[in-house]
Amino acid sequence: MDILLFLLLAPLIAAVLLLALPDHPIRDWVVRVAAVVIGGASCYLLATAFDKGSQVVAFPTEPVGQVMTVLAVVIALYIIAMGAKYRKPVPIVLALVQAGLLLWFELVYAPGMHAEHNLFVDEFSIVMALIIGIIGSAICVYAIPYMRTYHGQHPEIPDHRRAFFFVLFVFLSAMFGIVFSNNLAWLFFFWEVTTLCSFVLIGYSGTTEAIDNSFLALVLNLVGGIGFVGALLWLGMTQGTIELDRLVGAGAAVALVPATLISFAGLTKSAQLPFSSWLLGAMVAPTPVSALLHSSTMVKAGVYAIVKFAPVLSGTPSGFFVGLVGGVTFLAASAIAVTQSNAKRVLAYSTVANLGLVVACAGIGTYEAVWAAILLIIFHAIAKSLLFMGVGSVEHQVHSRDIEDMAGLVTRMPRVGVMMLIGMAGMYLAPLGMLISKWATLRAFIDAPGGVVFLLLIAFGSAITVFFWAKWMGILIARPNRGEPIEDRVPREELAVLGLVAFLVIAASLLFPWISKFLLEPHVLSIYGHTAELGQDNIIIMLLMLGAVLVLPLSLLYFRSGRHRLAPYMGGRPTTADMHFSGSLGIQREMGLHNYYLEDWFGEPRTFRAGVVVTVVLIVLMFAGLFVAGGLA
Amino acid sequence: MINVLFAVAFLVLAPILGGLIAGIDRKLTARMQGRVGPPVLQPFYDVGKLLEKEHVIVSVSQNFFVLAYLVFIAFSGALFFAGGDLLLVVFALTLAHVLLVLGAYSATSPYSFIGAERELVQLMAYEPMVILAAAGFYLATGSFSVMEIAAFPRPLIAVLPGIFIGLFYVLTMKLRKSPFDIATSHHAHQEIVKGVTTEFSGSTLGMVEVAHWYETVFLLGLFWLFFAWSPVIAVIALAILYLAEIFIDNATARVRWGFALRSIWAVTLVLSAANLVWLQYFGGL
Repeated sequence: MDILLFLLLAPLIAAVLLLALPDHPIRDWVVRVAAVVIGGASCYLLATAFDKGSQVVAFPTEPVGQVMTVLAVVIALYIIAMGAKYRKPVPIVLALVQAGLLLWFELVYAPGMHAEHNLFVDEFSIVMALIIGIIGSAICVYAIPYMRTYHGQHPEIPDHRRAFFFVLFVFLSAMFGIVFSNNLAWLFFFWEVTTLCSFVLIGYSGTTEAIDNSFLALVLNLVGGIGFVGALLWLGMTQGTIELDRLVGAGAAVALVPATLISFAGLTKSAQLPFSSWLLGAMVAPTPVSALLHSSTMVKAGVYAIVKFAPVLSGTPSGFFVGLVGGVTFLAASAIAVTQSNAKRVLAYSTVANLGLVVACAGIGTYEAVWAAILLIIFHAIAKSLLFMGVGSVEHQVHSRDIEDMAGLVTRMPRVGVMMLIGMAGMYLAPLGMLISKWATLRAFIDAPGGVVFLLLIAFGSAITVFFWAKWMGILIARPNRGEPIEDRVPREELAVLGLVAFLVIAASLLFPWISKFLLEPHVLSIYGHTAELGQDNIIIMLLMLGAVLVLPLSLLYFRSGRHRLAPYMGGRPTTADMHFSGSLGIQREMGLHNYYLEDWFGEPRTFRAGVVVTVVLIVLMFAGLFVAGGLA
Repeated sequence: MINVLFAVAFLVLAPILGGLIAGIDRKLTARMQGRVGPPVLQPFYDVGKLLEKEHVIVSVSQNFFVLAYLVFIAFSGALFFAGGDLLLVVFALTLAHVLLVLGAYSATSPYSFIGAERELVQLMAYEPMVILAAAGFYLATGSFSVMEIAAFPRPLIAVLPGIFIGLFYVLTMKLRKSPFDIATSHHAHQEIVKGVTTEFSGSTLGMVEVAHWYETVFLLGLFWLFFAWSPVIAVIALAILYLAEIFIDNATARVRWGFALRSIWAVTLVLSAANLVWLQYFGGL
């Protein structure tokens, strides 16, 4: 399986090249070529491995493991140095604790734990690799013009683009490492690399806010990392296996404790409540970083780990509470998203919410739930990356992230506007991606034990989801006569990437039956012995709806002609074409339209606090569950 | 499995039935208010006249959204009567209503804008109940297929009383009736003019009317499922149900949207949670 090594190393080589090259157009070309190569290689992996089921790869352990241990120590030292530089004691303590535990594991237990197969690939890894390889690379290409504009507009921020692109590609490499590692110690190493990369990227601008938020992300992810090392130590002490496939195959009696500890790490990484604040803080980073963190890397690593352990969690009290953390996060984060007018924060809360659904599915862990979880991961990655990149391009032209300032975007930036509408529709409307996944999720919940609680959470949560997406879409298409067209100023390369990802949103929805048939169903079948599907009729109906959605816009051609155009009704007041009307006492006023934000209902501080309290209790119960049904009793 | 014949029958007959129901509704409403009322066929005359009006628009895209709304309302109703998947029907219906809301947004008038926001509040209010109702039917019959639910040989109302009452509470809003008619002000409450439909005129407004007829028939079909084991009882029950709605419409004043949202969510949470927990742990029929 040379392709696995290639996917691991290609981004790394590109990263080193980018670090070495001076500030020159040739660096941009390295990014482009690397992106195409990585995307192509992940497609090649799909083409060669999709029908072979789960394959493990023997790979020499010793030297690589030692290099990783050394690198882990270097990472810990770097964190300690950064903590000292910015006078942050907490990350120093956490890094010391983590490094200490890791060395304990490496020196005492690791020599006795031989991993036969260090790498593996199965259908789920292929799906993840495609997301990382295609969406992740596309974001890197998008970052070329974006960062050029970014530094043009922010001359006060030092230009560290060399380091920036270096870290982006290291990030991709580490993500491939996470999804291909069968050795849990390796998985943990890559896990920590992603923590470090996100730390560096969030603090990119070097402002106080950025530094603070980068340390917040670091601290919370280090806490999760300690949970992960805890799992390794537990395996060492109980002389368990360190191989992922054997551990998951061993079942709950053996694997529940490490599965719960790793799920805890996954909850921090996927920004579930009570740990969500780091992902919100990560908004200070340049938008390509947000797009990357939210769609193809970082948070997806968290849910990947939990979904991997879903068969172990299934039917256990701990799994139930892991799932409930996700369910509560889905409801609370959706509610808070309603109150936000900062576009990136809406997207961030929506990410937190959708990952909550994935976690809920994984915690339930039945075959239907796992099938739904992987679907959610796929569609969320595509649509969310499109939305982040769209918001980034808009922000550079409108100079605001506020949703209210995007009024009339479809007339000012028609292509970007329509692509954002596609992305949003992809997040919540039938017959597009996320809705298919939500449908599958509902069906999974309803059959699960204790499923009524999950049903209530998803029913209310998705109703709220509809509200905040639809009002944002509404703002984009409202007020068509405002402002100059400004789309020409958007760099062509940004538009091209946006177009590609918008196409993927629709294509993935169209190809969904085949994605299910060739990747998801075999995967679920191999783990559980039976599989979920939506049924032939339903798929035909979904495709019919999709056809209607794609064809109906043609009616615009008909409606465009032969109509008498009037001004909107303004209560009989004399109104100008740009919507100024004469108010009382003859004063000219501009008509203002503002969305509902329902602050009194779902105000951020209150809802967040409530969510934190509930999820902290649930996490305590999750660990308590080990004493009831796990190996600790 | 689905039955295409039923779908076609729905597409053809539902507007006729829906229009007649609207006509009878207006007649009965008038009688309750001590008026004579229009002829029963008046809704058809109204829509016929709307179709002949001049094509006036505020924005080009509004007609597209309304057309798409009509198409997807008809689609979800057809899917329901063809015996399709109930969840899919619910999702198609949500899509339809979001399209109507987008049509209102695109018209840019302050009145239709507020109407759109309120329509979204309504959507948020009733959506959980509708999804949980679908879940209730599944737990009671073991299937999401409308065909199988309708063919269930025992009275579902006996095991889904909470779901039934909750859905009935929401029905007032779905039928745009007082006290929950907050988005279109069907009954000439003036402060938002005509809300969502303010800027729709002529044939576009006609399409909204026809979509409403389709939806009325679909909603009655949804309630039919509770009584599907005995068609006679079902017809009687639906007649009583609709009469009750007309009575409530005439006997109540419109409430604020906040109260509407809060009370519908409370009713949904309490009744459906109780009903679903009972079903899941103590079994159905």
